Formats: sequence, structure tokens, C-alpha cells
Amino acid sequence: MGEKLAERTFTTAVWLSVALVAAVFLWIVADVALRGFSTLSWSFLSQAPGDAGRTGGIAPILVSTLLILSIALAVAVPLGLAVAVWLSEFTRAGRGGDTMRLFLDVLAGVPSIVYGLFGNAFFSIYLGLGFSLLSGGLTLACMILPVFIRTCEAGLGAVGSEWRLGALAAGMTHGAAVRHILLPAAAPAVAAGLVLGIGRATAETAALIFTSGYVDRIPGSLLDSGRALAVHIYDLSMNVTGGDAAAYASALVLIALIALLNVLAQALTDNWLSRRITPL
Amino acid sequence: MNRIAKTLLVLLAAGWLQPLAAADDRLTLTGSSTVAPLALEIGKRFERENPGVRVDVQTGGSSRGINDARLGLADIGLVSRALNAEEKDLTAYTIALDGIGIILHRDNPVRQLSVEQIVDIYTGKTRNWRELGGPDKPITAVNKAEGRSTLELFLHYFALKNSQIRAQVVIGDNQQGIKTVAGNPGAIGYVSIGSAEFEQKRGVPIRLIPMDGVEASVAAVRDGSYPLSRPLNLVVKGKPPALGERFIGFARSAAVNDLVEAQFFVPLEP
Amino acid sequence: MQAKSRAGLAPTASPGLVQRFLKRDSDRRLGALLAGLAAACATLLLLVLAFLLVESLPVLAHWRAFFSSEGWYPLENRFDLMPMLWASLAAATGALLLAAPLGLASAIFVVFYAPAPLARFYRLVLNLLAGIPSVVFGLWGLTVLVPLIARWQPPGASLLAAVLILALMILPTVAVTAIAALRAVPRAVLSGAVALGIGARGRILGVALPAARGGITGGFLLAAARALGETMAVLMVAGNVVQNPSGLFEPVRVLTANIALEMAYATGTHRSGLFASGLVLTLLVLLLAWLGTRVMRGHRHG
Repeated sequence: MGEKLAERTFTTAVWLSVALVAAVFLWIVADVALRGFSTLSWSFLSQAPGDAGRTGGIAPILVSTLLILSIALAVAVPLGLAVAVWLSEFTRAGRGGDTMRLFLDVLAGVPSIVYGLFGNAFFSIYLGLGFSLLSGGLTLACMILPVFIRTCEAGLGAVGSEWRLGALAAGMTHGAAVRHILLPAAAPAVAAGLVLGIGRATAETAALIFTSGYVDRIPGSLLDSGRALAVHIYDLSMNVTGGDAAAYASALVLIALIALLNVLAQALTDNWLSRRITPL
Repeated sequence: MNRIAKTLLVLLAAGWLQPLAAADDRLTLTGSSTVAPLALEIGKRFERENPGVRVDVQTGGSSRGINDARLGLADIGLVSRALNAEEKDLTAYTIALDGIGIILHRDNPVRQLSVEQIVDIYTGKTRNWRELGGPDKPITAVNKAEGRSTLELFLHYFALKNSQIRAQVVIGDNQQGIKTVAGNPGAIGYVSIGSAEFEQKRGVPIRLIPMDGVEASVAAVRDGSYPLSRPLNLVVKGKPPALGERFIGFARSAAVNDLVEAQFFVPLEP
Repeated sequence: MQAKSRAGLAPTASPGLVQRFLKRDSDRRLGALLAGLAAACATLLLLVLAFLLVESLPVLAHWRAFFSSEGWYPLENRFDLMPMLWASLAAATGALLLAAPLGLASAIFVVFYAPAPLARFYRLVLNLLAGIPSVVFGLWGLTVLVPLIARWQPPGASLLAAVLILALMILPTVAVTAIAALRAVPRAVLSGAVALGIGARGRILGVALPAARGGITGGFLLAAARALGETMAVLMVAGNVVQNPSGLFEPVRVLTANIALEMAYATGTHRSGLFASGLVLTLLVLLLAWLGTRVMRGHRHG
């Protein structure tokens, strides 16, 4: 009897927690949607901003955001996967790997604004990239790398040793085992890392103010400055008087964009990685 | 197929790495977040009237404007205050004025505060609106963060040091001040007059109160009777390049008055 | 710490396996390539730390001032960081205390309770929550949450507001990493428990959670680091008054907010003082990571 009660209490607690989280999420999204929906229209998505962002739309800002994100992912994903594989498969306990892990954990906690100032000093000034999409993308890559690597490595580490033994028995090289067995088996963790990375990069404000900058026209090259959506929202809500409606509409677009990217990332890792599993 | 796509991508990337405008057709302005939206709009109009020219505006605060203008990282710095004694190596060109006004929540019945009363509130001697003839409600004094030019101006006017201030909320940018006061019936804060006037008219629950007996309004800032105002400046080191000089001239002309007013600042000449 | 927990599974436990793999030339080349990339990555990230250190150097000579309890008035050369350090710790701890159970419950729901479509939908909710920009959380906090608290206990902008917002922001990190860890628990282990007639609660609490302990703890640490490093949203709701956190309804300023509020306006020693804020924060995370490693090691031996 007591067992049954405990069971029921536990189930109720889980469902209640989930309901609470979902309710707060809906509250926030509804709040943003109610305040932003009336401003949202096709022309809002297709026009350039006017009057410091109060009128017009966000087309150039969407373009800049996507370009910055692409650069960040193009750098962070291959590099991150490589380092995660190295950490998980090619290091032995007590060597460089442990130091690297500690190091990554520390960097995961460095505030984004410090990455921004670093990016400004290193990419913009030292490497001469100036305020540009490239500076912004590379800064974001640095910022999401630690979390991405650690999440992927955790996934690789959780793959049971029987998979490795199987690969060995099948006469595969370690490289082939990583490609065809271990990475696909770790796909959920890679997806989780990707989701966290995309979320963090797309939503980043502080690091981008100092690197990709404030210019709100369509970038002509990767060396042009371009304003990211989150920077636009911050400016409209905190700095531009009367920019609230446009800020909420932009926030709505940003949330929708992240939803889309998430679904894409999920589909990509689900299909692309698991397709490569070769039966043992 | 894959290889073709890759080659295309590389070519595209290479093409995109070429900046479009040559360096001498490009002006870079960095600095104060207060001035940046205005500079951006002036820049857009300047670009339209001078085809081929590009004006890039970056924010990061007044001290960044000073620093970048000094080191040559920017052609022109944006500074939302008058230059001080250590900054005499730079030249400032004022493009607009901005007044700073005290705001209360709309539901607060207090209509007037003397200089002493404001000082007592901000130094923590007065802690409840009851003592000022208002309701029995604790006072939430909203102050600006260290280094902001509005804070410096406020401290200077009331002859205070920041370490004497006992605030309940410290904020960054202007709109955060308005939103904080609008959300708290016991709050008092100081913000840019133009934007407060606009928000008040739009129905946001705040109210501007007179400063030392002078009504806080854009009109009072314009005719010079309002005691607490600041210049918004473009600063350069030495003589600006020809293009920069033209831009400064343009930004100070009556041709941009509508833009200045659209950002709720006060133009130099009516 | 993740590495420690999986020591029983990974090749580290069976060195012979690695040796046999590594004999091949192509693998040796791959190993070298990956090590090279890791070194490049490490260099880049080391640069971040070096940058932080160099920029804060000018005030590090007066490091005693950080503990002086003279207050934070950088323009008057008073650099007391302790109240902000406590505030950062209090806000992050509070947020983790809220987010850990809710996040774990979310993960358990997705992995064990929800029917597939609902699980997929709820995971999307979590991912979206992870992707809502801190500015939007901050805006919501500033215009909805803070006025709500202010009506009850002015000024509203407070430690409580920061804790609530941060909990929401780090919840997805806890949940997403816990889901990945729970998914990785071998089916055989769980079906063994079913065969023994253990109920869902016992299966989850007694078998799945302990087996996934490493990944979950890793997620907690990640979340704690995220909470410590979060800037914009906290800046908008916490009140930012430099004082020791003495109550949930008191305004506080965390280290990150200090940097973001003042950096744009700081020069000279004030600027290095802000970088020192960042350095202190980094040391805090280092301590956290080190503690995490210790805890995991203890678990393994115990």
C-alpha cells in the first residue's frame, strides 16, 4: 500500500513539475507574443529598419544573425567534435586530457561579455578583422566550444565498451570505429550539445556588441559589421525610446528562428548520424 | 556534386571577404549608446546624399568613444557629455542637447520635490513617501551605474559623491530606468526628459516632476531655462579628414533637426 | 568529472584495447591530427584566460582591496568585490536548487513517462527555453516579474527575481544533459529491474539515476557555471546595488552585471577592476569544477 502511494506521489510530482515548467514557458512566450504580434508582418521580415529600429523591419539583422551563427557553427562543430573524440578516445587517464577537461569547465563559466572583450581585442584589433561578422562568429565559436566539447565527450564516454570491442572484432580501424560506430551512438549527446550551442549563440548579446557590432544594413561581406537579432532587441528595449513593440516582435522572430534551427539540428543529427550505423 | 558545392562555397566566401567600400569612403563612429541611434540615422541620411560613402556606427559607451577617437580606432567618437580637463587633446562638436528629469510613478501623489528632499532621498535619510506627504510606501531610489554620464551630471548638480548614495536599484540604460519606475509605485528615478515625455504621453505610468521649480520639458531644455542638461558630442583628435569634417558639418546643420527630435533630443538651432 | 564517472566503460579501463587500436598507421595519423586540433583549441582558449589576466593585472597588485569591505567605488579607488562574489554565489545556488529538481523531473518525464509525441513536444519546449535570449528573459523579468514582487515586497528588483530568472534559464541545461545521460543508460540494466518487479519509481531512483549520475552531475556543474556567467538578464532584474545578500527581497549586484554595467564607461584602473571581477568569477568556476572532480572521484571509490 505504502509502495503504491509513493509510486503515485512520485508520478504526480514529475507531472506537476513538467506542468509548472511548461506553464511558465507559455507565460513568457504569450507575453512576448501578445506585445509583439501586432507589429509582426511580412514587411517586418523583409524591410530594413528605420528611425533607429522603431519603424521598418529586421531583414538585414536576420541576414547578419544567420551569417554569424553559420560562421560560429562551421568553426565550432568540426573542431569541437575533433577535440571531443580526442579527449574520449585518444587520451589516457592522467595525461593532458584531464587538464584540458578542467580547462574547458572553467571556460564554460567565463561570462560572455569577457569573450566579447577578448574577441574585440584579439579578432577585431590584433588580427585586424575589425567590427565584422567574422569577428563575431569566431568569438561565438570560442564561447560555445567548451560546452559543446564537454557534452559530446560525455556522449562518447557513455557508449558501452562492447561497441568498441565489436568494432575491433570486426577488424575496423579506430578511426573507422569513431566514424561509423561511436559518433552515431553518441548522436543524442551531439544533438544536445548542438542545441545548447545554437541556443546560446543565437541569443547572445554582450559578446556581439563588441565584435560584430551595431551597423544595421545588409552586410556586403563577411568583413562588414552587422547587427545580430539579440543586440537589436537589447538596443530597442533598453536604449531606444518607443522601441518596445519592435523589440517584442523581434523577440518573437528570434524564438521562432531558434525553434526552427532546433528542429533542423535534431533532424540532422537523428538522420545523418544514425544512418551511418553499420550493424555489428 | 559535393565537390562542386564546396568549390562554390569557397568562391562565395572569398568574394564575401572583400570589403565593398574603399577605406577613404568609409567613416567609423564609435561610443555612447545614447548618441548611437541618432548617429546611425544621421549616417543613413548622409549616405543617401553622398552616394558611395559608408558610415558605420558602433556603440560601447562614452569612454569607448574617447578612447577610440584618441587611438585612431574610429574617425569620430560619440560622447554623451562635455569633455573634462583630461580630455583636452580632443575637440568636441555638439550635435544636440539632452535634459535629465526626475520621474515618479504616476500613482504617486507627490508633485514637487525640493533639492534638499531629493538629496535626502538619494542619501537614504528619507526612506518613506509618508515623510514627504505621500502614502505610507517605502521609497525605491533608482540610481545609474558608475561611469554613466547621466550619473556624473546628477551627482554634480546635487553636489554628491556616488559613495554617499544609498540606492535600492541601480540601472544601466535609460529605458531600464523608465521601465523600473513604471513597475514600482514607490520608485523615483532620473532619465532623459525627451524620452520620459514621450513615454508619459503614450500612457506609461510615470510622471516628470519639476527640477528646482523649473518644469521638466523639452521646451525648457531648448530655451536654456532647465538647469540639468548635457551636450551630445562628436569628438575628434586633431583635424578630422575631409569626409569627417563634412559629416560633422552635416550633423550640426538644420538638415538633421527632424532626426534629432525623432530621438527625443533637442536640436541646436530651431 | 564526466571522465571519471565513465572510467568503468571507456578504453581507459582497458588499455590493451586502445593499444591494439593504435597500432595502425592511419589511427596514429588520426590521433596526431586530433591532438593537433585539441592543442589549437586549447591555445585559443588559453588566450582568453591570458587576456583576462593581463587586463586585470594593474589592480591585482592591490588585491587586498578586493576584500577591504570599503565598498565598490572604483572612481574613488575602492574595489571591494566580496559582496558581489557572495551575491553571485547566492543567486547561482538558489537557481540551481530550483532548477535541479525541476530539470531532473523534466528529464525523467521525457525519458520514462511521456508518450512519444508529448515527449518530443516537451523537448522542443525545453530547447526553446534554452534558446530564449537572456534579453527576453530580462525584459519579461523587468516588466512582469519585478513589478509582481514589488507589489508584495518593494523594491522588487531583488535576489529573488534573479534566482527565479536564472533558474528558468539553466533549467534546460540540466534537463537536456540529464535526458542525454538517462538515454545512455543501457536498456539491459533497466529491463533487469523490470524483471525483478521493481516499480517505475524504484527503477528510476534506484537504477537509472545512479547509472546516469556522471552525466547528470556534469549537467549540474554546467548549469551552475552558466548561472554564474549569465549577465544581461540578471542585470535587468537584480537591482544591482552592491551589498552583501542579506535577504531574498534585497537588491544585489552579481559579478557579471558589474562588468556589463560599467565596462562601457570604464577606463584605467576602473577597467582593470572590472576584468578582475571576471577573473574572480573564473576562479570561482575553477573551484566548482575542481570540487566536481573530487565529488565524482569520491563516488567512484565509495
